[in-house]
Parts: sequence; C-alpha cells; structure tokens
Amino acid sequence: MRVTCDLRTRLGGLELANPVVAAAGCAGTGRELARFYDIARLGAVATKSVMLQPRAGRPAPRMAESPSGMVSAVGLQGPGVEVFVQRDLPWLQSRGGTTVVSVAGSSAEEYAEVARRLPAAAGVAMIELNLSCVDSAGRGSHFVDDAGEAARVVRAVRGAADPDVPVFAKLAADVPDPVALAGACVEAGADGLSMVNCLRGMAIDPATLRPALAGGMGGVSGPAIRPIAVGCVYRTHAALPEVPIIGMGGVGTGADALEFIAAGASAVAVGTVNFADPSACVRILRELEELLEERGVDRITDVVGAAHRPMGAVQGR
Amino acid sequence: MSENGPVQTRSPVLTVRRVDAYHAITVVAPQIAERFRSGQFLSVGVGGEHSSMLLRRPFAIHDVKPDYGGTVEFLFAVRGAGTAWLAERRSRDLIDIVGPLGRPFPLPRDPVNCVLVGGGSGAAPLFPLAHALRRRGCRVDFVLGAASADRVFSAISARRIAETATFTTDDGSFGVRGRVTDALERVVADARSDVVYACGPMPMLGRVAAAAARMDIPVQVAVEEDMACGTGLCMSCVVPVVGEDGITRMARACLDGPVFRGERVRFDDVGTIPFDALGAPGWKARADEQGATGAADREAGCA
Repeated sequence: MRVTCDLRTRLGGLELANPVVAAAGCAGTGRELARFYDIARLGAVATKSVMLQPRAGRPAPRMAESPSGMVSAVGLQGPGVEVFVQRDLPWLQSRGGTTVVSVAGSSAEEYAEVARRLPAAAGVAMIELNLSCVDSAGRGSHFVDDAGEAARVVRAVRGAADPDVPVFAKLAADVPDPVALAGACVEAGADGLSMVNCLRGMAIDPATLRPALAGGMGGVSGPAIRPIAVGCVYRTHAALPEVPIIGMGGVGTGADALEFIAAGASAVAVGTVNFADPSACVRILRELEELLEERGVDRITDVVGAAHRPMGAVQGR
Repeated sequence: MSENGPVQTRSPVLTVRRVDAYHAITVVAPQIAERFRSGQFLSVGVGGEHSSMLLRRPFAIHDVKPDYGGTVEFLFAVRGAGTAWLAERRSRDLIDIVGPLGRPFPLPRDPVNCVLVGGGSGAAPLFPLAHALRRRGCRVDFVLGAASADRVFSAISARRIAETATFTTDDGSFGVRGRVTDALERVVADARSDVVYACGPMPMLGRVAAAAARMDIPVQVAVEEDMACGTGLCMSCVVPVVGEDGITRMARACLDGPVFRGERVRFDDVGTIPFDALGAPGWKARADEQGATGAADREAGCA
C-alpha cells in the first residue's frame, strides 16, 4: 500500500497545502503559468513585486544568460497597486489558491502604503517585502542593505498592514551579515523570512566590452546560486530556529527543494527555473513527494531543519 | 490546460536539414501543430536535461504538416552554444518544446491583396501565413530582403506560393540591390496591396511600418526581441507599444506580441523607456490616467 506523506506546512499562522511556492517575479501574475497547470495545486503563488505607482522598469536588454543561471534587471515593471488590486488579485482569488503578494517601494512609507491596500479579505494570504531587489535603486545596490533601514520598513509595514496578514521579509545573501539582517527584521515584527533574493552581478558583452544589460548591474539567479542560498537558510535557521523561512535560490528539482527544507526552510520557492520549464513547480512538487515517500517520511514538517540534527536523528518508517 | 493555449512536450526530431544558410528542425508535435496559427512561435530547451544553459530559445514556426499526427518545423542560424547543440540533434532525439506561443497574425475576413515583407531568416513565419492567406482567396506578393544571396530565405517557395516575389540584397548579389523598403512601394502599387505583413529585424520593421503609413495601408509586424522564457514570466522582451487608450506601455513581445499593429510600435524608442511611457522615471499619474484600471484591460495595441 502506498502511504502518502503529509505535505502540509506552516509559515507562522499560515498553513500551506504543500511547500512549493512559485517565487515572486518569476510567476508573472499567475495567469501565464495557469496556461500550463492549475496554479491552485501549488502551496502558494507569489506575485511580481507591487509598488504604489505604475512602473515601466528598465530598458532592454534586461537579461543575459550565465552558467546555470542568468543576470537580469527588469526594474520592477508593474501596473501599480491600484490596478493590481482591481485586476490581478481578484483573478488569483478566483483560482482558489494561496496568494503571496510581494511588495516593493523606494521608501518605508511607500511599502507601508502599498501594504495597507492589501487586506486578507481581498485574498492576500501573505505580504512578502522585497527588501533586496537589485534593480530597485538602479545603482547596483539593494534598497535595503542595512539592518536599521530594513527594520524600519518592516516596522512601518507591520503597523499598516492587516493584522491577519503575515509579513515576511525577503532578504539578499550578499550583505555583510545576512543572519543579523534577518534578526533585525524579526525583531521589527516580521513573521518570517524569504531567502534569498538574487545576488548582485554583471555580464559583459564580449563583442562590445560593455555591460550586457542596459542597467549595468543585475541580479544573478538560478541553480548557480543554490549553495549560497542553502548556506544562508542553514545559518539563519540555526540562529533563529523558531522563525519560519521560505527557502529559495536555484531550486530546479525535488531534491533541491529537500535540501532547503533540511537546511531549515518550511517552504521552498521556485524562481528562475520557471523560465526554463514552465511546468517546473508541479514537477518539483511531484519529485519532492516521491523523495519523501521513498524515505518513508510521514510529515514534511519532520524533515524541516533535519541537517541541524545529528546523523540518524531523522527517522523514516 | 486550455484548448488553444501552449503546451509543453518532449518531441522527437524527425529531420534536421540545411535551408540556405540556416538549419531547419522538424519535430513530431501534434498538439502544437493542431493549435498553431501563423505568426506564433515555439521555445526550445537546449543542452539536454542537465544543461547549464537555462534559458529557452525562441524560434518562429516555419511550417506545419499533418504527417505523423502533426509536425512543426523551425529554423535557426548557429549563433552560440545553444544553437550549436540544436544543430547537432539527429532523428529520434527528444527535445523539450513549448508552443505555440504568442499572438498570431490576424487574417482578413475578405479576400484582399496582401504583401508579405521579410528580412533574412526572420521571414520564416511569412510562409505559413502566405498559405493561410491563399486559402482565404487573398492575393499574396512577397518582398524578401537579406544581406547577401545565401541569406535570402526560401526564394523558391516564395515564388511558388506568391503572385510575385521580389528580392533585395544589401550587396546586390541577388535581386535588387538595396533594402526591402526600396522595392515595397512599387510592389504595393503594382499589386494594389491592401495590407502589409512584415517580420524581420527591428530596424527593417520600423522602415516598413513607416512606408505603410506613408501609403496609408495597415501593417502587421511580428517583432524580434531577445527572450529568456517566451511565456510572459521574465519581462525581458519588452517593446514600447501604444495602447488603444493612447498610453505607451512596455509590452512583452512573447505574450502581448510578437504580432502588433505596425503603427502601435514605437520603433525609434526600442531599447529605451520612452519618457511618456506608463510608469517611466519621473512619470506622474495624471487625472485622466488615474482611471488606469480600465486602461489596464486595454493594454498593448495588438490587432
């Protein structure tokens, strides 16, 4: 008899049917992926970052391929929160899945103002603060590299947002001390952490000897950054074991997802690999389920943080 | 998921052959063949299962046949490691294909006269379009341009399908020396063309759109932009396009296009964010645009 693994997972007060999340900025509005599968099958779909006003983003070229990844600088193109709430959010809600709304801003006040317009009643299951988008500032720096600044944004949003909506802080890995940054966000009221966002990088066109992207610097994403991301999740979970983490960075297979879960992530987001394989999220979910069943794991929550426990401490059936 | 949306398949290669300076791969992909409408493209994963090349390569669909339940052919030139890998595929190899993608060419209801303008291998989607127009009783004339004779694409099939086929090359090695736009006005006058369809490099499309505007006939263009995903997720392939509401937005070539009405694409501003585009730096919501919610539904001036 085939015994199935219980894939339900918790992110603070929010329960997900399974741990696979389509990552912000890599899942469009949800509609694009819904042409390939029922997005309600996923643990959650995270939207592209929503800002207060419409935003055209950066000029093309916006991306360059790199080994097992890409460098990109889209510049947070989006319709603004008003159109998002009237057009995209009701559609997502109508699909019956769980929606994580990614929020970006150029000031703590902007983040808070956007968050204020995203109530649970409108189908917002979580707000994820994009505190680390490489291209938001346009100078190759993250808007929020500094723990004090990140904490200020989290505090402003936590004060403005619907108390029923958990707020997660999405952080970069290429800061001097990612664990301290994570701690500062939690201290300021973040209900959990999403880590990691893309890393700052650049590609240079060998023909022109100029930066390949119009924006110069971009964000490096894809399987190339996975060990950095896993390490970040591991260290953060060790320091803050009670804080739920959505792990991400180059997840391409069920085994990759399990790595993040063992490192301490309660859920796993799939980003750049959606570009390579539009069915990636449902494939990864299936692969993860098969892996857990092979190991005889009853509940996925049993293996969250397994890498921190002594050898043999994770028992299968 | 839907009747006419794209599908992802692992499709067997039927043939790999050379067409002029290009490679052509035909795959057995019945679901893609049955959904295809001219102007649409497919995207191909390259390098195999454990490839370090993550991004899909987009290719226009050049031909669709009913053989083996449905086959699809696409063309490419070897430009890097990904296309080199593709050129080495052999019969029965499986490749990961997603398609058909993008907005197709709108077809006229009545049997009108159509001139089809293409540049280099960018002309590929014009061939299934020509067949579709002929089936509707339209007159088809071709104007095909390229850098040199070996880059003129499928001259023989163009002559076979069309009433007339005019060729231009930059070096004069085949047909008329010059650009497609040097020949276009005469062809339009001789054929009494009612509509222009064009695909090829952006600068060529810009000149064709301008020529069509001068002649006061409608033009549909299929744009070429670099894409990372082809499915509308990555926002890499954006082009400034004027919507029906008069507002310029950065439209995705892969999802909102690749086919746009020529006069809607701001060719002179490709590769920039026009200062008056929705959400451009320094852009401020004006009173008449605050109701941008309705406008959002009318995005991108397609067809």
